[in-house]
Amino acid sequence: MSLQRFIHEAISPWMKNEGPDSDIVLSSRIRLARNLEEHTFPVVTSNEDAEKLLNDVKKQINPTTSHRRFGDLSCLEMKSMDKNEKQVLVEKHLISPALAEKSPYGASILSEDESLSIMVNEEDHLRIQCLLSGFRLDEGLELANEIDDWLEERFTYAFDEQHGYMTSCPTNVGTGLRASVMMHLPALVVTQQMNRILPAIHQLGLAVRGIYGEGSEALGHLFQVSNQMTLGKSEEDIIGDLSSVVKQLVQQERAARESLLESSNNHIEDRVFRSYGTLAYSRRMESKEASQRLSDVRLGIDLGMIKNVSASILNELMVLTQPAFLQQYAGEALSPDERDQRRAALIRERLQLEAEKNQD
Amino acid sequence: MLCQECQQRQATLHFTKIINGEKTEFHICDVCAKEKGEYIPGSNSFSIHQLLSGLLDFEQPKHYSETESKQRARESQCESCGMTYRQFAESGRFGCVKCYETFKKNLDPIFKRLHSGNTTHAGKIPKRKGKDLHIHRQIDELKQVLKEKIDQEEFEEAAELRDQIRSLQQSLDEKKEG
Repeated sequence: MSLQRFIHEAISPWMKNEGPDSDIVLSSRIRLARNLEEHTFPVVTSNEDAEKLLNDVKKQINPTTSHRRFGDLSCLEMKSMDKNEKQVLVEKHLISPALAEKSPYGASILSEDESLSIMVNEEDHLRIQCLLSGFRLDEGLELANEIDDWLEERFTYAFDEQHGYMTSCPTNVGTGLRASVMMHLPALVVTQQMNRILPAIHQLGLAVRGIYGEGSEALGHLFQVSNQMTLGKSEEDIIGDLSSVVKQLVQQERAARESLLESSNNHIEDRVFRSYGTLAYSRRMESKEASQRLSDVRLGIDLGMIKNVSASILNELMVLTQPAFLQQYAGEALSPDERDQRRAALIRERLQLEAEKNQD
Repeated sequence: MLCQECQQRQATLHFTKIINGEKTEFHICDVCAKEKGEYIPGSNSFSIHQLLSGLLDFEQPKHYSETESKQRARESQCESCGMTYRQFAESGRFGCVKCYETFKKNLDPIFKRLHSGNTTHAGKIPKRKGKDLHIHRQIDELKQVLKEKIDQEEFEEAAELRDQIRSLQQSLDEKKEG
């Protein structure tokens, strides 16, 4: 398979669009947890009951089902996929690791552009997930609500006045809403402001996590910011509170980038181009280094230092250089040692594509 | 870098553990990581439910100060799915919708802690299920008024209320059949 075709198939179509503030907010995600009244929750449920639930879902959503906003929906069952295929979905953030590993009757209902994934038989019976590029939480909620209403016409939800939507875990009860954004904050990390900002965000009842890493040492300077509280506030308020913090972070990051450019332009430029050179010529690349270098290059693109490389390269390669994707591209299982070689090769090839694109 | 365990293979897993300010670095290969699974974050991830179960356990009052009703709540078992409070506290997750009722006594303090003091839903109400809820709520309110009217011997108004309740009840029944 050519790299171009592989990327075409591997990258979710929704990722290719740019959204508002997409120089800093890479993606927005809305998740709604829903359970059906008649079934016990997946944590204690028997295989028979889980299978019955999956069959009920398949009856309602079959290959001919189409939704007016999301188009055709398809159902991917965990039991008919091999380990690597499932891992690929995990690396694309379409399903959770728990669904891939622990749910024999788990499934994902996917829209064509992969912006919608409804997980079946995860920790809750149904988990609606909408993914959008850029900073678009409001739009995400609107879409998720629409799918939620559509599902509610077909299934009877576990809901009562006091607890709202009843979920398997007490941390999700009420709205069942988890809203999150993925942010690229290199300047705040480099200027060491992140350590100061993180506790403040926690105090506001929001969670910040480094992606593929922990705490402030987030790999690739990528951070996921999400709400914690789900009970006692409306969906709109939850998203409003999260959004105002995200807006602040976007402003702070922009200001930090500007002051970096003013105070140490040459240092930043050096860092950006060293990373670009390393990515373009290396023969071995660990995933940790890859994410750091890619972050530098992305910053260089955002600051206008690197031209002719598309900004989506960071999101794209962060996904493509994950183990399961490398193995899928290689068509075989790879040892960590082989993965490092393949990772370097794939990144070189991908940058080469950019160069060729610009010659045309 | 070589694996610090076997000193033979390349280390592929690197992590730093900070416990009470004491920093320990680990560099381990895939094979040794699998063997040592439980010590390595990521390979056997520490879940929110484990943290939560600490919180739920904390909710259990100490034996000597325990009142009878609380003790009963602690020993309660969900009729529908068979989950006991102990199991709930250990897993950090409900077994079914009925568990919310069964463990009701113990839940509010937990919700308060998890959701900044809130115990009541203030968000979306599902269209289909919510409609019935509105009607149920209306019937309950009317029944209350009806009782007052009867107590006050205002039978004419009571009769009107009774008819209203009936028609609401009917609309619910029709929905169930339809």
